[in-house]
Amino acid sequence: MRRRFEVAGIVQGVGFRPFVYRLATRLGLGGHVFNHEAGVTIEVEGDAAAVDAFAAALRPEAPPLSRIDEVRAVDVADAGERAFRIAPSAAHARAATLISPDVAVCDDCRRELFDPADRRHRYPFINCVNCGPRYTIIADLPYDRPKTTMRAFTMCPACQAEYDDPRTRRFHAQPNACPACGPRLALEDAAGRPLPAADPVAAAVARLVAGAILAVKGLGGFHLACDAALAAVVAELRRRKHRDEKPFAVMVRDLEAVAALAAVSDAEARLLTSPERPIVLLARRAGGPSCDEVAPGNRRVGVMLPYTPLHHLLLADAGGFPGPLVMTSANPSDEPIVRDNDEARWRLRGIADAFLVHDRDILVRADDSVLHVAAGMPRQVRRSRGFVPVPVRLPRGGPPVLAVGGELKNTICLTRGRDAFLSQHIGDLENAPTAAFLEEIAAHLQRVLDLRPEVVVHDLHPDYHATRYALHRTDLTRLAVQHHHAHVLACLAEHGREAPCIGLALDGTGYGLDDTIWGGEVLVVDGTAMQRAAHFRALPLPGGEQAIREPWRMALALLHVAGAADRLEQLLPRWPHAEARTARTLRDLLARAHPFPRSSGLGRLFDAVAALLGIRDLATFEGQAAMALEQAAAWDPAVPPYPIDLVPAAPGGTPLVVDPAAMARALLDDLDAGATPARAAARFHATIVATLVTLAQRTRADTSLRLVALGGGVFQNRILLETISARLTADGFEVLAPAQVPANDGGLALGQAYFALLSLG
Amino acid sequence: MAESRSRTISLGHGSGGLLTHDLVHEVFGARLANPVLDGGGDSALLEVGGARIAFTTDSFVVSPLVFPGGDIGKLAVCGTVNDLAVAGAVPRFLSLAVVLEEGFDRDLLERIADSIAHTAAAAEVLVVTGDTKVVEKGKGDGVYLNTAGVGLLRPAAPGGAASARPGDVVLVNGPCGDHGAVIVSARSGIELSSGLQSDCAPLGGLVAALYDAGVTPRFMRDPTRGGTAGVLAELARGGACGVEVDETSLPVRDEVRGVCELLGMDPLFLANEGKVIVVVPPEQAAAALAALRGHPHGTAAAAIGAITAAHPGQVVLRTRYGGQRLIDMPVSDPLPRIC
Repeated sequence: MRRRFEVAGIVQGVGFRPFVYRLATRLGLGGHVFNHEAGVTIEVEGDAAAVDAFAAALRPEAPPLSRIDEVRAVDVADAGERAFRIAPSAAHARAATLISPDVAVCDDCRRELFDPADRRHRYPFINCVNCGPRYTIIADLPYDRPKTTMRAFTMCPACQAEYDDPRTRRFHAQPNACPACGPRLALEDAAGRPLPAADPVAAAVARLVAGAILAVKGLGGFHLACDAALAAVVAELRRRKHRDEKPFAVMVRDLEAVAALAAVSDAEARLLTSPERPIVLLARRAGGPSCDEVAPGNRRVGVMLPYTPLHHLLLADAGGFPGPLVMTSANPSDEPIVRDNDEARWRLRGIADAFLVHDRDILVRADDSVLHVAAGMPRQVRRSRGFVPVPVRLPRGGPPVLAVGGELKNTICLTRGRDAFLSQHIGDLENAPTAAFLEEIAAHLQRVLDLRPEVVVHDLHPDYHATRYALHRTDLTRLAVQHHHAHVLACLAEHGREAPCIGLALDGTGYGLDDTIWGGEVLVVDGTAMQRAAHFRALPLPGGEQAIREPWRMALALLHVAGAADRLEQLLPRWPHAEARTARTLRDLLARAHPFPRSSGLGRLFDAVAALLGIRDLATFEGQAAMALEQAAAWDPAVPPYPIDLVPAAPGGTPLVVDPAAMARALLDDLDAGATPARAAARFHATIVATLVTLAQRTRADTSLRLVALGGGVFQNRILLETISARLTADGFEVLAPAQVPANDGGLALGQAYFALLSLG
Repeated sequence: MAESRSRTISLGHGSGGLLTHDLVHEVFGARLANPVLDGGGDSALLEVGGARIAFTTDSFVVSPLVFPGGDIGKLAVCGTVNDLAVAGAVPRFLSLAVVLEEGFDRDLLERIADSIAHTAAAAEVLVVTGDTKVVEKGKGDGVYLNTAGVGLLRPAAPGGAASARPGDVVLVNGPCGDHGAVIVSARSGIELSSGLQSDCAPLGGLVAALYDAGVTPRFMRDPTRGGTAGVLAELARGGACGVEVDETSLPVRDEVRGVCELLGMDPLFLANEGKVIVVVPPEQAAAALAALRGHPHGTAAAAIGAITAAHPGQVVLRTRYGGQRLIDMPVSDPLPRIC
């Protein structure tokens, strides 16, 4: 008998055809397998038992990187084929196949890399069917060498032989290469001029040891690397990148080296060694080998393990850099990561002391992903290299939608049927090159997914660059969804749930429906319908955006609503960045009800408390004050909350307003009575937890809903996430929290896309 | 722009930003369409019996009525005179319409009238016709003024945003944001110890100095509501080119920076009442700067950027750290009643 199998899923670039070949051959079957834009087609012919055995083994024995979504089988006429072959790839009407994300070097390749007898000993471009570059080098589908940036390299006879031999790990491995025929490494000086070196890696390591800042070409773009132990070197990197205090990621050789730097749980270790090899946020050990400059004033440090052969060589036991390396995206202050050699030479001029470049082009920029383990699970903070473009399965499908995301930490999302393809991290769109990057990614994704969107969906904020981009797409039907509604929908979508729920959407800023800024929201969400059940009181932002940069201003606002503005003089010494005259003028303006913009964003309340406690009065990057407040808290679930008022907005009606005035007064009294900032910070967290649990309970009483979906960047606060989830679950709620997709605005586009499909369905 | 969600007028519709633009277009432009109106620009360029004239009008609702450096009367003359001047016309005649609220102080009215007279004389224009009305107490905020103006177009009047070319230089005649900073300080009760004044001034003489020096500007606009950013956005939107502006070249007084930092505002978006943005071909840039700097209203003139073929339709600010920030005209403005 002869049977045809149509296989859909991540089945290209993962060694699927060689696997099929080996399986068919082992079972004595004839036939063929070939790639096409919709996936893989297999036809096997032989006796019935063998054909059935083949069908049964397909899923369980499939290669580690593949993901089979669907297999459709149909019996066809015999063709008399006795032998099995891999046939050439074909074109197909509909593109429905999925591209593999880039994968960290596998253990087998790593062994060969360090084996003096292997012909790829110390070759920085070693890869096989189970690892290496994929998404970042693919120009188009089907996945074949000519459609990748490896088309510039013709395989030598030895490599070609491996490529043709089904017994090797390089059987049909598209990026296959060796020192004789493949990409080459080169070291260049600060001006981009070649530095002849017999061993560019050794020369690069020598420079790192001497305290240089090195630009290193990786998988999704360039990194800037330097000695993470030397404060002077790291400070210099900060100066050159205009990056005051935002933490740098650190790369170390192995898990043992991680453990010297930070505390590592089992879950964190699994994440660090996963094929995605993300940056994992860990609790730093005091006195560890990296200096404080790497993450100033921060108790956490982002750590990753080597993921390209070049990283392994740079950090090798013998001849590699001996300690932790700062390994940060190479970009001049917040612009998209540098991708090409030429681009590196001019955009990083004056930043890098030397360049370690190579000639395997990177087609698609992708920053490293960042995750942390919270409430027992790995959760995305920045979803990028290694995860993109694996789609998220939505609860429903529809026409192809383009969701343009938010303004900060932007990602976009394209849907095809029920698959939502979130892009890699794009960045802050106020930056002109980043806005251009958005258009680049939108075009690239549309091409490799063969998608022509029919609908564009955006945030309600009229001044977002993403909104303006959406407005330009006059060829598409346009939809808009409120920011916090989208956060809640993103969480539901990720968990495949289509049901009314209570949404807790907590962040710093998001445009509201009443022309104020929201961000401390308890919503009732039912598909496209959304109601505000409760929210935090809107605080004035003294000086608008300046209040976000200077949290001491939010403290002033909180003092004002608490009727405690007379405390200003007592508190001024806690705010080294506040000019006394400015503070007094703002206090007076607040007293005179100057029409400052207002925000109910919980992130702003965190900023206010952080400043009140003297923990942080200036924020040099988004969320810095709130993070510092979380880290300073001496947390204990039994810590008593402060009193806080719940005020019905209209007598006897919803929405409830949480008024922090009494809480602020109680906190100040607590400090006067001798409470430490750590204790007050903990009690503040307890207050927020208790408030949100109470609000969820009241909303359940009004609506009978027991499903809760969380969203917004504030849920990156682990105390809040873990404690609120636990208490709600214990009280009989079902709690959904973002994991696969960031809780911050990096996940917004998913919610927007889901909203569009709900609207059109 | 997203369709207005409401059928009532909001304060934002008067900000001079996108909301204003859309309101005017949707309500008036749609009903009054004619080639002159549709051509846009603050002044209408007309041919009347062989003479080429510019004709414009503006209403003045500023609060407070009197502020450091001027008052509503001076504003009313300068606003219209400057619209004519930047259109490339020599301002000649103004009309003056006055709407007074019952109970308005006569001494204050005379002070305002003195201002109008002095400013008109300085601007070398005649107020040749007018009208005065009084409304009941509570129906008008003190006084509202309207002026309309007529001027004779110069032969080399600027072509507008569409005539800008990559390589053209963008100039401004002095520091940005003075008027807006003064108004917001006055309204907020912020003491300006430095003596900062509105830059309100008639610019007919300044523009004449440019032309006398042989400069033929491609584009001129006075950055009132919406500030310098508003004009740059208009420049970029109107043509097929982009605009690059350099943060370190942008003149801004320290006192204005101080007010901006206090209130979280950006000098780029604050109103000016004695400034003009001039775009000239690169070979005229030196002569233009010299002409501006040689005139009392242009001593601090500076080149702030250039027209570029890159990023067409967009204004990009090169920040002092070498970053590139996209500058967009905001949808509405937090500061109502600037002028």
